[in-house]
Parts: sequence; structure tokens; C-alpha cells
Amino acid sequence: MADIAIAPRRAKTEIREASAWDQLKHNRNWLGFWFMVPALAFLIFFLAYPLGLGIWLSFTDTRIGRVGQYVGTENYEWLWDDAIFWLSVFNTLLYTFIASAIKFGIGLYLALLLNENMPFKAMLRALVLIPFIVPTVLSALAFWWIFDSQFSIISWSLKQMGLITENINFLGDTTWARICVIFANIWRGVPFVAITLLAGLQTVQPSLYEAATLDGASRWQMFRFITYPLLTPIIAVVMTFSVLFTFTDFQLIWAMTRGGPVNATHLMATLSYQRAIIAGQLGEGAAISSAMIPFLLAAIMVSWFGLQRRKWQQGENND
Amino acid sequence: MSSVQIRDVRKSFGNFEVLHGVSIPIEDGEFVVLVGPSGCGKSTLLRMLAGLENITSGTISIGDRVVNNVQPKERDIAMVFQNYALYPHMTVADNMGFSLKLRGAKPEEISTGVKRAAEILALTPLLDRYPRQLSGGQRQRVAMGRAIVRDPQVFLFDEPLSNLDAKLRVAMRTEIKELHQRLKTTTVYVTHDQIEAMTMADKIVVMHDGIVEQMGTPLELYDTPANQFVAGFIGSPAMNFLKGKVKSNGVAGFEGPNGVKLPLKTAPANSEGQPAVYGVRPEHFTIADDGAEAEIVVVEPTGSETQVFAKLGGEQVVAVFRERHQFSPGDKVRLKPDPALVHLFDETTGKRLNG
Repeated sequence: MADIAIAPRRAKTEIREASAWDQLKHNRNWLGFWFMVPALAFLIFFLAYPLGLGIWLSFTDTRIGRVGQYVGTENYEWLWDDAIFWLSVFNTLLYTFIASAIKFGIGLYLALLLNENMPFKAMLRALVLIPFIVPTVLSALAFWWIFDSQFSIISWSLKQMGLITENINFLGDTTWARICVIFANIWRGVPFVAITLLAGLQTVQPSLYEAATLDGASRWQMFRFITYPLLTPIIAVVMTFSVLFTFTDFQLIWAMTRGGPVNATHLMATLSYQRAIIAGQLGEGAAISSAMIPFLLAAIMVSWFGLQRRKWQQGENND
Repeated sequence: MSSVQIRDVRKSFGNFEVLHGVSIPIEDGEFVVLVGPSGCGKSTLLRMLAGLENITSGTISIGDRVVNNVQPKERDIAMVFQNYALYPHMTVADNMGFSLKLRGAKPEEISTGVKRAAEILALTPLLDRYPRQLSGGQRQRVAMGRAIVRDPQVFLFDEPLSNLDAKLRVAMRTEIKELHQRLKTTTVYVTHDQIEAMTMADKIVVMHDGIVEQMGTPLELYDTPANQFVAGFIGSPAMNFLKGKVKSNGVAGFEGPNGVKLPLKTAPANSEGQPAVYGVRPEHFTIADDGAEAEIVVVEPTGSETQVFAKLGGEQVVAVFRERHQFSPGDKVRLKPDPALVHLFDETTGKRLNG
């Protein structure tokens, strides 16, 4: 069969090798790279570079207006023996832990409430968002007035009702000051938790509740066995973000108390700002900021494990 | 097992009444299919039976007990939902045992119940899987298993097969019917698919716009539809309707559109010249020399039978033949309805006129 020789035909036109430039223009992988460049540049210049610079600064004795020398871990050693630094670490943990826990509780409660059928549902949902859309500094100023030692509306009201005789020194007393800033943070943070959890609740099929009703579940059992387990992936996301935002909070504290009284409300972020910018010790401030990284990484690790796809989320979903 | 009585049940959403007084008696162990086009109120009725919707007026009783104000979980019913409503975060076994767990049953009791149901439905190898890891048909079976575990008085099915592909639907249809024959539990089954209704039901209830159009066995509905709606709804391809007048002087007959003469076995009394609708099922046409002339438009062979679309008196009709006629579009044929099997309906009310 195959022994009929066929004269090889001459190749029509030489196919040109694609040059490196052609590849850059047409190759899909390179195309993907070009699309990534803007975002990458943005991240490098505004996130990676400042982060790297901050870490580098924490190993120097830079002050404002003076280039620093590399001093190794001296800043950290200094902080290790600094009672105020440790107080700020304690404050930050206390602030984060209490505020996040209460934000979760209230947020979940509000989300469950807003998920019910009730009159003016859309308006109530919008109202819940208000604390979230008011600029932080504005709401902090409002709280500053609410908690003012002389003009506080709370003190005034309580006095009018005859419950107290003296103004409460809200932002002047260490315990009260902590309560006040935590309260303000909760007020501001609840909408985020509530609206995100509400979005999660709305992904739960109503027929699951109907099935559970027929199976004989009470309202509490429905929450315990249906709503809560189905909401856990969203809870993990929301609480990670909530913890990260709370841990790194700066604006609210700075506008309300500047860390006072007697450093009782100093968080790591405010202390870092005070040392670095106000006092000019950039190296030391950077060290305080960098000291936040292990805590944040720990929070992210917790949520990373929490966010792993649960066994029941695996497999295709074709309903 | 127990009987179910639905008596003059009405349902309104605000000022809008969707069920206008529905009464359906359901006997102990009966398989009743509620069928009708979407929006006819069949699902609402089923949900009222389950206790998921409250009853505006009328009574529903299960056994001897009026359940209007009885909580869903106290009604001793189990429901299979259209989208199965399986709890995605629970294994098959947990899904099936959930109701027992809520009832406070002991773990051994739960696992015995689940195993028994799993054996009935051949789900035993899947007990540790999650719903997402199952195929559509398997999920459907788990949903039924969840109902079986509870050993209820009444099974309710809300369009359970509409999420499955055509082949699986036919298989599950048989499976559900077989299950009913085995367990003999009173079953109320809602569907919009008349073929499902015909094949599965002991009794079909055809609903339309919130009322019951007709109740009866599948063949009763097919042979003597009470009105034009039921006639058009039951049967596939649907019945042909031709408007015209009854001729009862001399030989009974029917004058169809454009004067087409159609046979009638007996004309209703005093009906000469009465305007009416002449109904004939596609499978009741034959080719005969004394038939009415029709022009073939489209021929659709399906193997076992051939559907022929033709113009009869200017109206399009469909005829089904099991014989293999050699037709092509444009051919003139003489179609003759079987006079014993034609239906006559009132033109305005749609009510059946012949016996």
C-alpha cells in the first residue's frame, strides 16, 4: 500500500517563529500577567512597600528628620521592659475581645430579627446601616459629646431623673473610659456584622425551615440545628474581619480619648502613632506596629482553619 | 394510615382568594394526585394540609381529628418537597433521623428507624454521605426516606419529580408507586404533569383557578371528562376542539368550522342548532372514506406511533396513528372521528353535553 512514493511537496511559506515580543503580546499567560500588573503595582507601592519599610524602621533608631542607624532588636528589647507598651497590648486584647464578642451577639440577634417578616422591613434594614456609613471621626466626636464630663446628655438625663447628683466622669475615669470606647466601637461595628450575617441568613432555603417545622423543630431547635450550622462559614469570615478591624482600630480612640486617661485606652495602634508621629520616635513606633503582626497572623490562622470548606460543602451543588 | 377529609376549604391572601371552596374526600390508603396548571392552588392546598399555611375557612381533618388548629408536627404527616429540602450540613442518616432526634428518641431507636427506611429505599451504602455528594435521584430517595422514617398517617408530595431529568422521572414515578403499594400509606401528591397523575393515581383531582374541576379515577377522567378544561388537560397530545353546531334532525351529527360534517352517535335532547364544542382525542381519528377531508401539514413519526397535524375545516387538528401510513405534507386525507368516543361541550360553560 504505502510503497507508492510521493514526491515531497515544497512547503508553501515559511512559518515565522514567534518572537519574544509576539509572545508577550499574544500568549494567554502573559496576557494574564498584563492584566495583573496594575493591581500588583498598587499592592506593592501601597501595601508591601510600607509594610516592609515599617518592619525595617522598627530595627533602626530613625527619628523624624534624621536618618536612623540599624540597631538590631534594640527597639523591641526596649518595649519588652516598657509597662505602657504592655498595658496597650492588654488594652488592645481586652478591647478586641469584648467588642467583637458583643458585636457578634448583637449582630446575630439583629440579623435574625431583620430576617423575619415584619412591617417596614426595608426601612429598618437601612436604618441599621447608619452607624456604618457615618464617618468614624464624626461619630467619635458625637460620642465625645455624649460622654463629655460637663455636657454629657447621659449625665444630664440621669440627674433630671434624680438617679445621680454628680456628673459621671465618663472619659476621665479609667474603667468608664474603657467602657465608653468599647461601646462606641460596638455601635459602629454592629451594622457590618448584622448586614453580612443577614445576607448569610438569606441564602438558607426557606424550605429547610418548613421541613424542620414538619420534623417538629421548635424555634430554638431550628436555630441550633439548621440556621447556626449553615451560617458558620459566614460567621468565620465576618468575625475575622471584625477582629482585624477592631484590633487595628485607631480613629475612634484617637478622636475620643487619645489613649487617656493614664493610658487606659491606649491601643497598640494609638500608642504607635503617639510614639512615632507625635514624639517623633519613628523606629520605636514602627516596632509597636510590627508587634501587632503576630497577633493579626494568629487571628488570620484561626479564621483560615475556620474557613476551610466543611465536609458538607464539598461536592457539586445542583439544586 | 388514615383518611383525610377536605371540606369546603377556602384560602385568601389578603383580599385575594386563591381557593374557592374545595372539598376532597380521601380514603384510607388512597393515592390521590392533585393536578392542574400552575397557579391553580394545588400546592397551597397541600401546604394547608401540612399546616404550613393556615386555613381561611372550611375544615381539614386527618382521621377523625379536625386539624385546622393543630401544629404541623402534631398532624402526623410527612412531606417531600420539590427541592427535597435536605439539610445540607447533615449526613443522609442524620437527615433521615432528624425528626426522631427532635422527638427525643434514643440513639438506638433512631438508627433502627433510619436503617429500616434506608433498606426500603436502597440507601444503606449512602448513609454517611452529605446531600451534595448525591445525585438528583438519590436526593429524591433520601427525601422520601426522611418521610418514611416518621411512619406518618399521610405522605404529602409537592411536585417531587420536577427537578429530575426525564428518564429518572419515569423511574422514580414507578418507585413511588411501588412504595405506596408496599406501605399503603395515604398519599396526597401534587403535580402539574398529567402523565404523572394518570400513571400514579388511584384518584385524580383536577384543579383550575382555585376550584376542583373533576375528581375520579384516571380512566374516568380520560373517558368522560366533565368539562372542556379537564378534557384538554388530561391526555397527551391534547384533545382537539372544534366549534360548531349540533344537528339532531334526522341523523345526529355536528357541523364543524366551515361546514365540515362530523359524526355524532346521539345528539343531546332538544339540541338542534345548539352551538357547541366538539372534542375528539388524537388517537380516536381513523382514516375512512366517509371521513372529513383534511390537508396534512406536518408528520411527526415517533416510532411506536405517528402524530399527524392536519387542517380540518380550516382548523388545525392532531391525529395519532399506530399504523404506519405513508403521508407527506400537502396530502389530502379523510379523517373520521370514532362517533362513540367523541365529546361534546357547551360552548359557553364548557360543561359536558353528551353522556
